[in-house]
Amino acid sequence: MIPAPFDYEVAESAEHAIALLGEREDAKLLAGGHSLLPAMKLRLARPSVLVDIGRLAELSYVRDEGEYVAIGALTRHRDVHHDPLLQEHCPVVSFAAGTIGDPQVRHRGTIGGTLAYGDPASDLPAVMLALDAELVVRGQGGERMVPASEFFTGVFQTAIASAEMLVEVRVPKRAAAGWSYTKMTRRAQDWATVAVAAIVERTNGAVGKASIGLTNMGATPLRASAAEDALAGGATIAEAAALIPDGTDPSTDYAASADFRRHLAKVLGRRALEEAVAR
Amino acid sequence: MAVIETRETFVGTSVKRREDASFLTGRATFIDNLTLPGTVYMAVVRCPYPHARIASVNLDAARAAEGVVAAFSGADLAEDWKGSLPCAWAVTEDIKMPPHFPLAVEEARHQGDGVAVVIAESRALAKDAAELVEVDYEALDATADVERALEDGAPLVHADLGTNECYVWKLETDGVQAALDAADVVVTRRYVQPRLIPNAMEPRGVLAQVGPTGEATIWSSTQVPHILRFALQIVLGIPEAKIRVIAPDVGGGFGSKLDVYAEEALVIALAKRLGRPVKWTEERSENYVATIHGRDTVHELTFAATKDGKITVVKSEAKCAMGAYLQLVTPGIPLLGAWIYNGPYDIPNYSVTFTGVFTHTTPTDAYRGAGRPEATYVLERTMDALAAELGIDPIELRRRNFITEYPAELASGLTIDSGDYHASLDRLLELLDLDSIRSEQTARREGGDTKLLGVGFSTYNEMCGLAPSRILGAIRYAVGGWDSATIRVQPLGSVQVVTGTSPHGQGHETSWSQIVGDQLGVALADIEVLHGDTAVSQLGMDTYGSRSLAVGGVALVHASAKIVDKARQIVSHQLEVSADDLEFADGTFRVKGSPEREMTIQAAAFQAHSAHNLPDGMEPGLEATATYDPPNFSWPGGAHAAVVEVDTETGDTRLVRYVAVDDVGAAVNPMIVEGQVHGGITQGIAAALWEEAVYDEDANLLTTTMTTYLVPTAAELPSFETDLTETRSPTNPLGVKGVGETGTIASAPAVINAVVDALSHLGVTDMQMPATPERVWRAIQEVKA
Ligand SMILES: Cc1cc2nc3c(=O)[nH]c(=O)nc-3n(C[C@H](O)[C@H](O)[C@H](O)COP(=O)(O)OP(=O)(O)OC[C@H]3O[C@@H](n4cnc5c(N)ncnc54)[C@H](O)[C@@H]3O)c2cc1C
Repeated sequence: MIPAPFDYEVAESAEHAIALLGEREDAKLLAGGHSLLPAMKLRLARPSVLVDIGRLAELSYVRDEGEYVAIGALTRHRDVHHDPLLQEHCPVVSFAAGTIGDPQVRHRGTIGGTLAYGDPASDLPAVMLALDAELVVRGQGGERMVPASEFFTGVFQTAIASAEMLVEVRVPKRAAAGWSYTKMTRRAQDWATVAVAAIVERTNGAVGKASIGLTNMGATPLRASAAEDALAGGATIAEAAALIPDGTDPSTDYAASADFRRHLAKVLGRRALEEAVAR
Repeated sequence: MAVIETRETFVGTSVKRREDASFLTGRATFIDNLTLPGTVYMAVVRCPYPHARIASVNLDAARAAEGVVAAFSGADLAEDWKGSLPCAWAVTEDIKMPPHFPLAVEEARHQGDGVAVVIAESRALAKDAAELVEVDYEALDATADVERALEDGAPLVHADLGTNECYVWKLETDGVQAALDAADVVVTRRYVQPRLIPNAMEPRGVLAQVGPTGEATIWSSTQVPHILRFALQIVLGIPEAKIRVIAPDVGGGFGSKLDVYAEEALVIALAKRLGRPVKWTEERSENYVATIHGRDTVHELTFAATKDGKITVVKSEAKCAMGAYLQLVTPGIPLLGAWIYNGPYDIPNYSVTFTGVFTHTTPTDAYRGAGRPEATYVLERTMDALAAELGIDPIELRRRNFITEYPAELASGLTIDSGDYHASLDRLLELLDLDSIRSEQTARREGGDTKLLGVGFSTYNEMCGLAPSRILGAIRYAVGGWDSATIRVQPLGSVQVVTGTSPHGQGHETSWSQIVGDQLGVALADIEVLHGDTAVSQLGMDTYGSRSLAVGGVALVHASAKIVDKARQIVSHQLEVSADDLEFADGTFRVKGSPEREMTIQAAAFQAHSAHNLPDGMEPGLEATATYDPPNFSWPGGAHAAVVEVDTETGDTRLVRYVAVDDVGAAVNPMIVEGQVHGGITQGIAAALWEEAVYDEDANLLTTTMTTYLVPTAAELPSFETDLTETRSPTNPLGVKGVGETGTIASAPAVINAVVDALSHLGVTDMQMPATPERVWRAIQEVKA
């Protein structure tokens, strides 16, 4: 309940935040605080200084950029959930954001925070992976673009280097695609036991090409490539769903054993694909 | 006894809770809101291992840290303890009661066992410095499993005892074996009931101050200020008369604050040593290891019956986890259920055995229902098992065995004063519409739906209103079961009510004023209810075991009667009429036959205090105390039904309906009753579907936070459908029985019976609590294989 002692700085701009981050090795950005503060209260995280970016209005936006929709890193889950632009062009993103935690969590938590934290049980990472989103990371030397497929590197690990911050997420428009985010939780506010994001191009009402993202099936969010390939090769949804656990390495914890997670991934995957085709 | 003759009563109406104004506007006073000038803060260094030898404790770095006032190891404080933290219930003559001091000295026996304390100028500094305490632990083998703990070669919690068996307690009638032999059918089932963490919304907290002449005041988030006071004399040697215990607003307890804890003794000992007030506030994760747990039993339950379903024997053998030490009533918890293993059924042969078992875990103790949920669970589950075995409808089987005549003398030796189990079940079935549930269930099964419906029942009774003191004595409980009330009518007529019960969320201030308002005929606004301070309420046995109304509430009636009697004598004297010629109603005495000659109780109170014209020899004042010792337990009962939907592909199980019909006797405040029923049901459902304290093989607690110990929220639950049937208890003048635990006792088996029912056509016959998706899914796979 009581974190270890830490210093606190308020960032006035993204540049200021990055400069402050560079000053102390174990500095951490504080966005919505809904992952970081619980970890600090359990003394699992002990940053010596928090750089508060929570007030950077300049990084809270959703913009139409033609091919893609740009989401500022400080945009709250609640705003992602309700954004009309996302609802129109990237409905799976706004839907998945609406399944995060509870209203309190969604009003505080940010899209940048949830992606930067690298928790494989979080929802938006798998969605971004399935959508082939790109993440804009800024450091003292400028910005670089990281594809979602290269961003998540391990449990609580990402491609963000120590004095960098995530500033924007670019989500390709997929208004025509069928989609689903099918999530199973123990209680409403819990993290997914397993969840499956499915984005489907339809040909004659059947699955043509699908991207499948998996939440909580390994150290990072994963793509179910074997199932995707099978679908591309003409397999039925049921056949493809059976392949979803291939290449995953889920953990055993309070919510489920690894084996049961593999089973759930098949069932939820099948349901997600069926829903995506129909929607 | 004062009798209300004309006016509508407050009792029986849903008066709004007077407590809520302060709770809802953030003006309640919990321990953490209280600070005295000069307060310092305690942090407890806790053993991270389930079992460890403490080789050394080095406090140097902690003592040198910023803001630290002092730091002590268990050995440093050993001389402060004049006695062990008390266990009040030596259930057998040969029970093993190992000593339990506020800090461990040589050996720590569960995760969270305190080994040192650090006191600093702020809570945060104390916590920081506590991390600097270097304890050299030598980890030892441990087990959290009641069955494993009894095996040969199991790691011992108290090596000097040579065993982990704490006691074996047995209650058996003659002829059990003969009846088993003669039975048409015998059904035996094994049940594991998981360990539960009570999770009061407010964790524990304590603040203590010791004055220059050794008088100690302690503010504690406790359910039992009176019991705590005499326990503190035992532990600290301070005369009870010099100890004042205050329970301010207490944010829930569910039994977890019916206890005497190490920290309560520690803050006083430290306040005395340091000459400053000392405060401790428990953290949530700390609460998960330092505050008692509930349940954790393995039962084998046997029914013998005739082929037409008349149950002839109930036989229960249970292994019950004590944890590492005996807290206040740890060994007695199973016994609180010992007399209801027949439930609402008439079963002539009775055998109940409990084996108390030490394990390397946080001690268990009272958790909502305490012993009775455990009994009801195995009983109601086995009712369904027997019904399946005999091919009799589970409702019909229950009906064939219901007790129907009262007073009902039980084979176990107690007597149920009243009830009507058929009436509750009838009403339940009216509300439920079972036919349409069954047809929907069949349609889904036949249509190959992956979401199946199940409906489960639990008809139950409970023994509460703790308790007749003589019986408590006979079953070796150390203290009495009475309670007290003092009523003081002030000179201008307002009324102070002092109760010995100690509410912590139950709304006693409201209900108690309703009772006194009726008895004295005064307005609710003129009544103030005082409680929770041993300097204000001298006598009391506090609040637990659904006892407050059926014992403390009844004491109010008796004290009111004494007030009315005295006032009647005053009025009789002043109006110069015989006391027998006075009628009392609506707060006014009237002369029979000439009602214009009258005097209010307020006027009588003024006369009592001015004392200008009292009968010869009468003492001034209008105050009365009554202590009430109930002649019997009280016996609520009822019928509950759960409807669940089970996803056969994922095992995900959701409660879709919950219907409860309870008979709690007279309902003093139906709204408060409903609140208790809802909360109680929720806690039973929580055990059935979500909550479980999980340990690994080495006795490490895995569910250490609210992220992994799954307390359900409103989002997981349907809106409950509740109703009451009423048979008044003839044992007490209010006709009340108690409602604090009914829901928890009844609900878990109803839910699990529903889960089994949903899957019964597939061949599933059993389901362990909590019915997690994985357990449900695996049960389906097993019958498929
Ligand atoms: C009760 C509860 C339930 C929850 N349920 C869910 C759920 O169901 N699904 C789900 O996905 N999540 C869930 N969460 C987590 C929630 O979504 C968090 O808000 C989110 O994971 C982190 O976002 P934040 O803005 O709060 O980040 P913070 O907690 O402020 O930061 C998290 C980490 O990211 C870093 N960081 C933050 N922003 C940036 C940035 N722009 N660039 C680089 N690094 C950054 C921080 O330094 C920190 O290390 C839940 C949280 C709670 C408390």
